[in-house]
This record gives sequence, C-alpha cells and structure tokens, in this order.
Amino acid sequence: MTVTISPLDRKLLRDLWHLRGQAIAIALVLAAGVALFVTLLGTMRSLGDTRDAYYERYRFADIFAPVKRAPNQLRVELARIHGVAAVQTRIFSGVTLDVPGLAEPATGQLVSQVDPTTGSLNNIVLRSGRLLAPGADDEVIISNAFADKNDLGPGDSIKAVLNGRRQQLRIVGTALSPEFVYALSPGTIVPDDRRFGILWMNRDALAAAFDLEGAFNAVALKLQRGASEPAVIAAVDRILAPFGGTGAFARQDQTSHFFLTGELDQLAGFSRLIPPIFLAVAAFLLNIVVTRLIATEREQIGLLKAFGYSDIAVATHYAKLVLAITAAGIIVGLAAGTWLGLSMTSYYTRFFQFPFVYFRPQPDLFAFATAIAVAAALLATATTLRRIMRLTPAVAMSPPAPPSYRHSWLDHRSLIAWLGQPSRMILRHITRWPLRAALTTIGLSMPVAVLITSFFFFGAIEAFIDFHFDQTARQDVTMTFFEPSQADVRRTLAHLPGVLAVEGYRAVPAKLTSGTRQKRVAITGYPQGADLSRLLDGALQPITLPAEGLLLTTRLADFLAARPGDTVTVSVMEGRRPTREMPVVGLIESYLGIGAYMDLAALNRLMLEGPVLSGAYLMTDAAEEERLYRALKDSPAVAGVALRRTALESLRDTLAENLLISVTFTTAFATIIAFGVVYNSARIALSEQGRELASLRVLGFTRGEVTYILLGELAILILVALPIGSLIGYGLAAAILHGLNNDLYRIPLVVTPATYGYAWTVVVVASLLSSLIVARRIGQLDLIAVLKTRE
Amino acid sequence: MSIDPNRRRVSLCPPDGPNQQPPELSHINAFLRGALRVSAAHGLNSRPIEATEHPLVAGSQPQTEIAPAFRVRGLTKTYQTDGIAVHALRGVDLDIATGELLVLVGPSGSGKSTLLNILGGLDKPTEGDVFFHDAALTRMTTSDLTTYRRHHVGFVFQFYNLIPSLTAVENVRLVTEIATDPMSPEDALAMVDLTDRIDHFPSQLSGGEQQRVAIARAIAKRPEVLLCDEPTGALDSHTGIVVLEAIERVNRELGTTTALITHNAAIGMMAHATVRFHDGKIAGIERNPNRQPANSISW
Ligand SMILES: Nc1ncnc2c1ncn2[C@@H]1O[C@H](COP(=O)(O)OP(=O)(O)OP(=O)(O)O)[C@@H](O)[C@H]1O
Ligand SMILES: [Mg+2]
Repeated sequence: MTVTISPLDRKLLRDLWHLRGQAIAIALVLAAGVALFVTLLGTMRSLGDTRDAYYERYRFADIFAPVKRAPNQLRVELARIHGVAAVQTRIFSGVTLDVPGLAEPATGQLVSQVDPTTGSLNNIVLRSGRLLAPGADDEVIISNAFADKNDLGPGDSIKAVLNGRRQQLRIVGTALSPEFVYALSPGTIVPDDRRFGILWMNRDALAAAFDLEGAFNAVALKLQRGASEPAVIAAVDRILAPFGGTGAFARQDQTSHFFLTGELDQLAGFSRLIPPIFLAVAAFLLNIVVTRLIATEREQIGLLKAFGYSDIAVATHYAKLVLAITAAGIIVGLAAGTWLGLSMTSYYTRFFQFPFVYFRPQPDLFAFATAIAVAAALLATATTLRRIMRLTPAVAMSPPAPPSYRHSWLDHRSLIAWLGQPSRMILRHITRWPLRAALTTIGLSMPVAVLITSFFFFGAIEAFIDFHFDQTARQDVTMTFFEPSQADVRRTLAHLPGVLAVEGYRAVPAKLTSGTRQKRVAITGYPQGADLSRLLDGALQPITLPAEGLLLTTRLADFLAARPGDTVTVSVMEGRRPTREMPVVGLIESYLGIGAYMDLAALNRLMLEGPVLSGAYLMTDAAEEERLYRALKDSPAVAGVALRRTALESLRDTLAENLLISVTFTTAFATIIAFGVVYNSARIALSEQGRELASLRVLGFTRGEVTYILLGELAILILVALPIGSLIGYGLAAAILHGLNNDLYRIPLVVTPATYGYAWTVVVVASLLSSLIVARRIGQLDLIAVLKTRE
Repeated sequence: MSIDPNRRRVSLCPPDGPNQQPPELSHINAFLRGALRVSAAHGLNSRPIEATEHPLVAGSQPQTEIAPAFRVRGLTKTYQTDGIAVHALRGVDLDIATGELLVLVGPSGSGKSTLLNILGGLDKPTEGDVFFHDAALTRMTTSDLTTYRRHHVGFVFQFYNLIPSLTAVENVRLVTEIATDPMSPEDALAMVDLTDRIDHFPSQLSGGEQQRVAIARAIAKRPEVLLCDEPTGALDSHTGIVVLEAIERVNRELGTTTALITHNAAIGMMAHATVRFHDGKIAGIERNPNRQPANSISW
C-alpha cells in the first residue's frame, strides 16, 4: 500500500518545517496554558473527590458545638432536633505535652474516642497499631503526622498533664481523621506537626481526668439530607445554652474543612485566571505568525486558486497548519498537565492528611481543554483565514502595495529631530502598526504579571510577619489556662525561670449582632498599657485602650457594617452569659483573626466576675528557655502554650516550601511566554524587514547596527511592558488576596521592589536570550538575493 | 576576434570634452586615507600603501600611469548547487582605472552581477584576487568588507532598495550619518535633481524618483566606487535617461570610479569603455573614444 500525500499537504509539512522555531514557541505557550488548566482543575477535582469520599466513608459531621459541661441525657434531646440524623457527644480538651526529644512543650488536642465500628461520627482511620483497649485509661492513639514528625509510634509513650495530674500516656496506634485533614493548633494558620498533635483517648479516662463523668463538653451532629443548617444550629444553641454552650457552627467554619476548602477555592480561582492568559498569548502569536505567512505566500495562494483549488481548500490548508501547531501544544499540554496534576495532588496529600487519594483520568477535562485551545486558535486566525478565502487570484498575484508610511505626529515634534535614522525606522515601525505593537506589549507584560502574582507572596508574608509578630503579638509565649484564673496568677508566672514580663488577658466567646448581621467571635480584654500584645490602628500606631466600649478589627466591622459610634449587641456565651448593648469606640488592624477588644477590667465587670484571666502573654529571656519550658511542661493549669519562635519557624518553613514550588513553576511558565512572544515577534520582524536589513548591510551597516534596528522595536516594547505588567500584576495580586483573605488571616497587599525586580529580570533575560537566537540570523542574511528580487 | 584572456587593461582616459575635469586631488587624498584605514586598521594588507609611494600624493600628476582602482586577477566563482557546479565566473582579469565609467554588458547569466558583487565586497570569489588599490578584498574578513562598503562603495540596484519607513532625505542621511566625509544629504539630492521631493516617503515617489534617491544615497558619502546593477532596468527610457544623467554627473564631478551593468548596449555610448561578458568570461573590451552625453542616448 502506498500512501500518497497531496501536494498541498506536502507544502503544509514544508511550511511547518520552515516555521518550526516559531511553531514550537507557540505550541509551548499553548501547552503551558493547557497544562495549567488540566493541572489546576484536575488537582482541584482530585482533592475535592478525595475529600468528599473521605468525609462520606468516615462520617465527617455537619455541625459542631462546644459546651462547658452537659449531662449525657441531653444527647436524646439533641437527637430529637428536626433534621438531625446522628449525634456524637464527646470530650475535647487542650493539653500540654512533653514529647521525648522536644525541648519546648507541645500542644495536644485530646479527643474522646469510641469504637469506630459502632456507626459513630468522625471516625478515625487507623494507620498503625491498634484501637484503644476498652477501659484502658493510659492508652492513646496519636495523629499520624505528629507521630511521623516526632518519630513516635505504638509502644512509645508521651507525658501529659491531665487536669493537674502528670500522666504517662502509652501510644497504641496512629490514625487519621476527616476532622483533622489540616491540623492546626488554635491561633495558627499553618500546621506544625512537630508541636501539635491529636490524641484520641477512651472517653471514661478523659471524663475522669476532666471531671466530666456522665457529661460531655463537645457535640458533633450529622444532618439528614435537606435539613436546614441554621435551624439545627439555633436548636442546638438553645439546648446547650444552659450548660455553657459557646455556639454551634457548621462545617464551613470547622478549621480543617475551612482551610481545605479555601485551598480548593484558590485552585479554582487560579484555573480561571492563569490558563486564559496563556491561551490568549498563544492565540495572539498564532495570529501574527499566520498573518505574516499568508503575506509572504500571497502569490502562492493566487497560483493555487488559479490552478483551480477552491477557496475552501486553500483556507483549509492554512487552517490545518494552525491546527497542527495547536494539536502539538495540546498533546504536550495534556501530558504535562497530567504529570503536573499527579505531582501536585501527591504534594497536597502530604500537606493535607488523607488516607487515600483519588486521581482518575479525566477525559471530560481533556476534551474541554482541547476544545478551548482549538477554539482559541481558530478564533485567533479566523479573520486571516477569511482573508485567504476572499483573495482573488489576480489580486493575489500582483505584488502587495509596499508598506506605505506617512508623516505622523512623530514628525511634527522635536521628538524625532535628534534621533538618528535607525531610531526613526524603529519608531516609524511601531507607529505604523500600533495595534500589533500594543498587543505585543500586552503579551510581554503578561509574564511580568504572572511572575508578580506568585513572587509577591514572599514580601507580603514578610509584611504579615512583621505586622503580626513584630508589631502586634510581640510576646514570646502565649499561655491559655484550662479555667479562668485569678489575676494573681500573674505573680506566679512572673517567678517562672526567664520570665521578664507578664501580661494577662481575658477572652470570652460572644455573639456580636448589628442589625441583621451576626458573628461569633472572641472578645478579648487587655490590661491598660498592654505592651507585649498591642492593638494597632489603621496607620499601624498603638491605640490607647478606651475604658469603655468595644474595639473591632476592621474586617469584623466591615462584616457587621458597624462604625465607631454605632452600637452592637453583645451576647456572651460563657459564665453568666450576659447580653448588652455596647458602643463601638474604635477600629483596629489585625492580620490574624477577627475579633473584638476591650478593657480587661470592663470585660470582667461585663462578665460579672472578679479580676480573672483566661491566659497570659510572657516575655522571656532566651537564655533561660530550657528551664522555662521544663516548668511549663509540668504546669497543671495550662491547656496550651504557643511560642512565637516556633510559630514563626513553621510559618516560614511551610511557606518557603509552598512558594518555592509555585515560584519555580510560574518562572518556568512565564519564561515560556516571554520567550514565545519575543522569539515570534523578532522572527516576524526579521521576515518583514529582512530586505531592508540586508540592504543596510549592503550599505555598510555593521551586524550590530542592523541588530539594533531589528531588536530596537522589541526593546522599546519590553521597556513599556515592564511597568504595564507590573500594574497588571499588582491588580492580579490584589484579586488573589481578595479571594484568599478570610476571617482567620489576612495577607496585606504589599508588592516589594524585589518582586518587581525579580519579574523584570526574568522577563528581560528570557527576552534577551530569545532575541539573540534570532539576531544570529542577521549574519545569515543573503545580501545578494535581496538585490536580485523585487519585494 | 582574438582576445587575450590573460590580461586586460583599461587605462585611464584623460577626460574628454570641456566639462570633464580631472579627479580632484583632495578627493583622492581622502580616498587614500580611507584605503589606508581599510588596510592598516585591519592588518590585512601585507604592504600598506605609503603616502609617499603614490605619485599623486607626492605632488606630480601623471595622468596615464596612475594605479588602477581595481585589479582583478584570475577571478573564478563556482556555485555548488545539489552537486552541480555552476561556473558564474571562470577566470576574469580586469583593471579598472580610477575615475573611469565602465559599462558591463552580456547575456543573462554571464556573470556580470557576480563580478560587481565581488568588487563591492558583497561576495567572495572561489579563486583569484581582487585588489582595491593595494588592499586585497579577497583576503578580508566579513567585518572588514563591511567597513570597506561603508566607507568606499556606493551601490545602486535595479529595485532601488530604499528603506520604506524613511523619507528621501532620511534615506540619504542614513548613509551620511555613518560616513567620514559626506556631502550634505540635500546636496546629494540636488545632484540628482530631487530638491523638491526630499520629505516624501518611497511609496510616495515614482520609480525613477526612487532610483534617483538611491543614487543620491549611494554618492552622498563621496565613495571612491559607484557600482550600479541595471539601474535603469525597471524604468522607461525617458526616466532611465534622467537616472543615467545623474550617474554621469557624479562620475564627472566627483571622479567616482563607476561600473554599470546594463542589458542596453546603447548605454555604452556614455562610458569610457564597454566590457562584454560571455559565459563567465570577458569576451571583449571596447574603448569609446567618442563619449556621448547620456541625454543623447535613446532606446
Ligand atoms: N546563489 C547562486 N547559486 C547558484 N548559482 C548562482 C547563484 N547566483 C548566481 N548563480 C549563477 O551564476 C551565473 C551568473 O549569475 P549572474 O547573476 O552573475 O549573471 P548576470 O550576468 O548578472 O545575469 P543577468 O543579466 O540575468 O542579471 C548564473 O548562471 C547564475 O545562475
Ligand atoms: Mg545580474
């Protein structure tokens, strides 16, 4: 069997070979777009599917409610709430841990565990060891990541102070739980698996330790399909209120779920933002390359038509060329996207704690990516293809009118007067094709913008750290007490080794209501003149705490639509649960969490209690750290200890890893765009101006001078693109942060000069390299051929 | 017709006619400075021209024994295309005297353009030597040839090769900006009678006008050599004569050594001599004792 290739198809192959450099550059930009699309959406789906399957199989609850101490009988009443499918009453508590090999105290989240086979909720996934023996009061199962990071496993033991009693806990197993996919200790935004772990214990053991016999202090509910979440929450709150319920909340406010879902939303946001940029740039490049191609093949088109090829046949021929390049881009993109998606998903499974991962091939996603890439390519070249159809043989075969230049505004200014002729050529060329110059500029500004969107995080996080850790929460140690303690605990703390200063605080859960808007937050009371943990205003200046009234964080004020001078209703959900109208007297800036602040004494008065504290901030002497840590590990009253140093470390470590990956990829992808745009623009300039440039060489212009004329235009466009790209990048960064920032943390919109510097450098270097590849061709210009032929 | 293929010499004709002036001394001095620059600056010439060696510079003015501008010896050029050798030049010897206007004619493919391109430093021969005064073009590097073209050669081509984005005067300025001792662009355009169109872009000029801009651009740097490849090829006869007048004037007034390729034998009437090419060789040289002004030629 012989395969005969039609002459047109042979021409197609030859054209492709001839255009291979440009075709590859375009295919790569397109591939980057397709790959990013498949990666981001594929990862998002995989994670989403994994999460849903995990939640389903291990019965992750829908509603959660903490309570101070509720009798077990209340379970029946909770189960009777309309729409509730299952109830799990539990005991939850924070605990200070002494982990072998760890100098500082770690924090544990104690969770009562019942037999997971009983059809309960929030079931654990045992990864090693065994379940708790019934009745065992010193056995724990610990979370997998905590075990890994501390090199612990079944057979090891850790020490904890359970309600004042120092106790040795034997580890019998390690586990995962849908509740702690993203395990955060309170008040942090990145996991620190070395210093925070989940500990599952038998309920009876916990009940005994925390004086909760016959009672529970947490409840989880599973809803029936179609049940009303707010209605159930209201009912739960009503039932638990007399027992110190501090407010039920739904899944979307559960920390682990909140972060996991936030990550998925971010992926979705990126998949809408970034791939279209690449597709648009690829479409633009296809457009200019095909337009140039048919300009050079005008006569051939005329000949083909004169020979009797139909308009459609000729247009199809060029459409095939477009599709061949597009197909190459799509194939590479799908392959790269699948590979990237796999690595990204497996990266996420290390970051989030999943027992399994769903990553299935996604034919619909592939089809969708292919469809939009083909559509973008055809759309980009549609007008050009139509022009091919319209071209009559007679017109096609007469040479095109020479590019006609006219005097423009450039000539009427003194602007051009001092320029040499080569520079005039450059400027005239730009003003002759202003649209193309504008699109090229935008194309070149995109990699700048894309780079900024990823690189700016470094600076923004530093600004966040500076604000939060250096200006606001300056204390070295944050302690949380099990129970509100008398204020004279300060004196005890001051005597701990290495403690230089102590400031107590009081924090109570409360509902703030303004009009129809309501938010569950903590009201924190600070002593007058607090200097360790400070409250700063919008200008980042310390605020003098007013003796009465509330200070709200700006985000909370926005949510409640409350301004200074307005009044909000405060319903405290602790102690005697007072409800008061209180004036808002000021706003404060906060990057970590939202909340309300007031004078400590005023809060104690509001609570109808004496001078009590919920915890304390310490300033410590680094030299005495070891001794202080030992004391804290043994301290019975402490439910949690947060250290500034380790919080900063884990924040930086996590971000460094995340950002490094994202910056590496964006740099690679941005380089592809910059390279693709510059290479194609330079090749087209060379093709269009080759004759002029060769003529200049004949006239005795050096290669350097001719290179200047060829690349000068691009250099100008790049110089314009840098600030434009920076502006776009700033806008994109703002949009990304807008989507990212939430009630738990806020990254400030700070784009540092280093960010711009990095983006500019990458784009300039990529542009230089690609233009030098083209500039080499100036040496290969055929000076003689140009003299023999008419343009 | 018997032709000695080994050595042809075209001697410098004393200027004939009242309008013809001897080459200007100052101009030749300027040229020699250029030649020295080409050869000495690049260290390529084994024997750089010493100023005192040249009789003209020494002060005497022998009009007949002046060294030729070009000496061509045993020049061959062979193109290898798909294993088939095309002999564009097969052993050409030729001397071109300084200040002479030479017309090259011959059938298509006989090698005229090939020779002109080698003289102009655009191409390199396969074998043989070309001396521009004492500088061996054949031994120059590409960048030396660029310098040579930049300072010593003016080109005029059939298809004008103007820069479309530059006006007439800017096209000329393009060259004067990089020349050492140029005339003003306006003067160069005046020499080709184009004073009134200097701010027009090429697309706003007729073919003849474009060709005259090209001539102005070629001569504005006061080149020693003007090489014209079918300058009238794309023009009607009337316009062609206007262009030829411009070339004639440049040759006469600036003493520019000029070689002009044409398919129109009548143009030989304005030249000092006509060189006939055939099949890569010189088939004959005809001196022209009775030069006619360009405007008297018709075809
Ligand atoms: N780049 C090339 N590759 C192969 N052969 C070439 C090349 N350039 C010229 N030739 C051949 O060299 C020979 C001489 O060409 P040249 O251009 O010098 O002819 P010419 O006398 O100027 O002809 P015309 O009057 O048509 O311009 C021709 O046979 C031509 O085909
Ligand atoms: Mg020729």
